[in-house]
Amino acid sequence: MKTGIVIFPGINRERDMAIALKNSSGQDPRMIWHKETDLSGLDLVVLPGGFSFGDYLRCGAMAARSPVMAAIHAHAARGGYILGVCNGFQILTEAGLLPGALLRNASLRFLSMDCHLRVERNDTVFTNRYQAGSTFRAVMAHGDGNYFAEPETLDRLEKDGLVAFRYAAPSGDISPEANLNGSARSIAGIYSPNRRVLGLMPHPEDLVDPMMGGADGKPLFDAIAAAS
Amino acid sequence: MKAIVTVMLKDGVLDPQGKAIGQALGTLGFTGVGDVRAGKVIVLELAETDPSQAKAAAEDMARKLLANTVIESFNVTVQPE
Repeated sequence: MKTGIVIFPGINRERDMAIALKNSSGQDPRMIWHKETDLSGLDLVVLPGGFSFGDYLRCGAMAARSPVMAAIHAHAARGGYILGVCNGFQILTEAGLLPGALLRNASLRFLSMDCHLRVERNDTVFTNRYQAGSTFRAVMAHGDGNYFAEPETLDRLEKDGLVAFRYAAPSGDISPEANLNGSARSIAGIYSPNRRVLGLMPHPEDLVDPMMGGADGKPLFDAIAAAS
Repeated sequence: MKAIVTVMLKDGVLDPQGKAIGQALGTLGFTGVGDVRAGKVIVLELAETDPSQAKAAAEDMARKLLANTVIESFNVTVQPE
């Protein structure tokens, strides 16, 4: 899979993302400045974490109106793969590529800590190296990760199997205590209807090598690398 | 002409910031404060001189950028210079 990482001013996790992608695929991703408008030849476009445009107005609001976004909409429309992590997830919701919005964490605190994500299904290009219902450890580092959508939208996401990950205990149990940022129905990540666009708040790219303290996120990048 | 765009979280969307402000007011001894909601005000200087045109333009800007209508509502007022 040919991959590219979009860089907006204020993004700061693009190199970690590049390391994770290369670690699994052996290929260097293309780095894409936000003013570029040609994404031809790419199978997967990644929107990494950070603080694009200083989080001005709303997290991801400015980035979602950048010149590169028209090409990203076109990439999605032709069935291309997109992964948005943290600020990348916020940008995808602001751009209307995924439903809902990310509100301030319910505690009002910036959360920089480990969490566990329960894999809701493993028949997607992103999750086929995990067991459905299993959990893996990921790092959260965000102030605005509290997923919100109207009840009808949440019902539709659940009915159509578009919830990718939920905050859970290591055992897989869902509880208010494990739902660290207060997200609606413990949702940590969601898919587009064709399951080719994935947005999630925690950072799987932070744990892709035992040297980083764990490799819980590596199966996600291995799955991407193995996809044709 | 000035357009003043007020953006607030919609009713029903939890506003932890407003809640924290309300608690702090209680700590300071202010009583009788009910629900507190926090929002933002964006002031636009527009070249447009017709009030209704200016209002329509600002509302379009609010829908496309200034507010995220998934979670926020907005209100526009215009002021002649």
